[in-house]
Amino acid sequence: MSILVDENTRVVVQGITGSEGSFHAKQCIAYGTNVVAGVTPGRGGQLFEKQVPVFNTVEQAVKETGADTSFVMVPAAFAMDAILEAADCGVSLVLCITEGMPVLDVVRVLPYFKQRGVRLIGPNCPGVISPGSLCKIGIMPGNIHSPGSVGVVSRSGTLTYEVVAQLTELGIGQSTCVGIGGDPLVGSSFVDILRLFNDDPETDRVVLIGEIGGTMEQEAAEYIKAEFTKPVAALVAGVTAPPGKRMGHAGAIITGASATAEAKLQAFKEAGARIIPSPAEIGSTARELVPAQR
Amino acid sequence: MKLHEYQAKAIFARYGIPVPKGGVAATPAEAGEIARSLGGRAVVKAQVHAGGRGKGGGIVVSNTPEEAERAAGSILGKRLVTTQTGPEGVPVGKVLVEEVAAISRELYLAMTVDRAAQGPVMIASESGGMNIEQVAAQEPEKILTEHIDPLIGFQPFQGRRLSYALHLEPELVRPASELMGALYRIFTENDCSLVEINPMAVIGQGQIVALDAKLNLDDDALSRHPELREMRDPDQEEPLEALAEEYSISYVKLDGNVACLVNGAGLAMATMDVIKVAGGHPANFLDVGGGATEEKVAQAVKLMLSDPQVKWVLVNIFGGILRCDIAARGIIDGYRSEGAALPLLVRMRGTNVDEGRQILADSDLDVTFADSLTELAEIMKVAVG
Repeated sequence: MSILVDENTRVVVQGITGSEGSFHAKQCIAYGTNVVAGVTPGRGGQLFEKQVPVFNTVEQAVKETGADTSFVMVPAAFAMDAILEAADCGVSLVLCITEGMPVLDVVRVLPYFKQRGVRLIGPNCPGVISPGSLCKIGIMPGNIHSPGSVGVVSRSGTLTYEVVAQLTELGIGQSTCVGIGGDPLVGSSFVDILRLFNDDPETDRVVLIGEIGGTMEQEAAEYIKAEFTKPVAALVAGVTAPPGKRMGHAGAIITGASATAEAKLQAFKEAGARIIPSPAEIGSTARELVPAQR
Repeated sequence: MKLHEYQAKAIFARYGIPVPKGGVAATPAEAGEIARSLGGRAVVKAQVHAGGRGKGGGIVVSNTPEEAERAAGSILGKRLVTTQTGPEGVPVGKVLVEEVAAISRELYLAMTVDRAAQGPVMIASESGGMNIEQVAAQEPEKILTEHIDPLIGFQPFQGRRLSYALHLEPELVRPASELMGALYRIFTENDCSLVEINPMAVIGQGQIVALDAKLNLDDDALSRHPELREMRDPDQEEPLEALAEEYSISYVKLDGNVACLVNGAGLAMATMDVIKVAGGHPANFLDVGGGATEEKVAQAVKLMLSDPQVKWVLVNIFGGILRCDIAARGIIDGYRSEGAALPLLVRMRGTNVDEGRQILADSDLDVTFADSLTELAEIMKVAVG
């Protein structure tokens, strides 16, 4: 088992005929993901790679194929429209890879998802992968992953690949890896994902990768202290970042004392999480975690 | 992106928020002229993207047009150093010349997005004219917040609630509420990340005026506000950062001597942290992005090399969409066009990694390879030893 996505997940790719969308849709299919439909307005009736039907609307795609998860790969200017369409058409999970969505668009999108009971991951995230189910919905390189029982949750993209590569090299497999996104506002928080890992019998340890900016790590620390039953190793990137400067990710900016790496690491320490002393020691620290009894 | 005070006040005025009478000047003569039109007495304010101007000597009250002209002459064309700038300061290209207000109370009002609450929030305080973060830390009870439903917008009752909590005179409650509504509209209609009035002053016969104005825009929304993008003042930015902006490279200049080129913001921060743990000091943050071309990598390398403090260059590429061979060629191009000979430490993984390493190994660059972040840290430790 895993969280969020598995071999039964039926994926619709929004933006499947675009250059990014088609490249990554192919990669996901090659990994084993059950991509059942694509959506590009005006391209309805085509077949993508001679096997995946393309529809004009998400509504049609869901009706015809029973898609339950949308993988959104459209440019930032159209991302709000695309994810609202997905939320309105009956899928239960939307993964938005798109980088550069205006914050006030996300502000308006979040209550819409909440009202409809649809889960959003992202925007500006690498996606989700469950190696044991051969299900990858995202832009991460599939070959660095290996099946196992460590849950990974992170605000970043390539740093998550680094984490996974270190784990796999030490023979530590992953249950599910979730990139929640590097923007100031994202659909799912660390706490949302930790709750799922808490209930997942296949996950017995978690590696959490935070960043400077906001207070999502502190909220995660509080949840870990109060309810989480599995050991956690935590890293916060940006110890060396100066205040007031946006470090690439729109969300990675120190705007007050609680947004610093120090404050976040302190919160994790107080919550009983194992602190990863350097990004070079992610795998070796995770190896020292004693897996929770299943 | 940040706007200048005079630009923000022009937007305020358009939305009906009262601002002091005045004008913007690029020369001392213009400043004197504006002061004359205001009746002689005026305040001359340096237009820079940094706070702490008053203590830094960037705000001068003058009693006559001649004084205003002299004040402008002493500020314009100079670099202003404040507590919020580096020791090199920021250049002053314009001054705002305004009427002097008779202030009876100084309040604080701002709009931003509350990340924890995932929505817009209006912040108000009776402690205006001070550093609001200090007020929040020392007297949190003096900070009032009003969360706004983005689907409903700011409502008059919220304005009344804040106004009464600010202990405004009864006749000021209505204009203050209207001002708050206008501030919310400015914030949402222009895709701001922050709009701040500090101080928002009660002056003379009971009037509310925005004495200062700070407006930061969401960079990701600028494409739908071309008129606001025009207001960018690259002179206020760190020169290398302004150049990076033109190349769409995410770059932040730091004080160290180890330049680092990385793909991905999280990995870039982590790489800086590895350098620090190993005893080195990063010269910059640089995320070259996922789909970078050879040319963009070369530009990134040139950018890093133009920082005279740099002694080592470190490359950490986790190739996915960005192929390692493309990165390698870009690095060589960048080095060649700068004629640089600085030692290069490379860690590459992922797509076409063998080809990428071969290209670098065959070049005449002084290159050392690391297989992992651990090895990278060890080599770094010896290098900065």
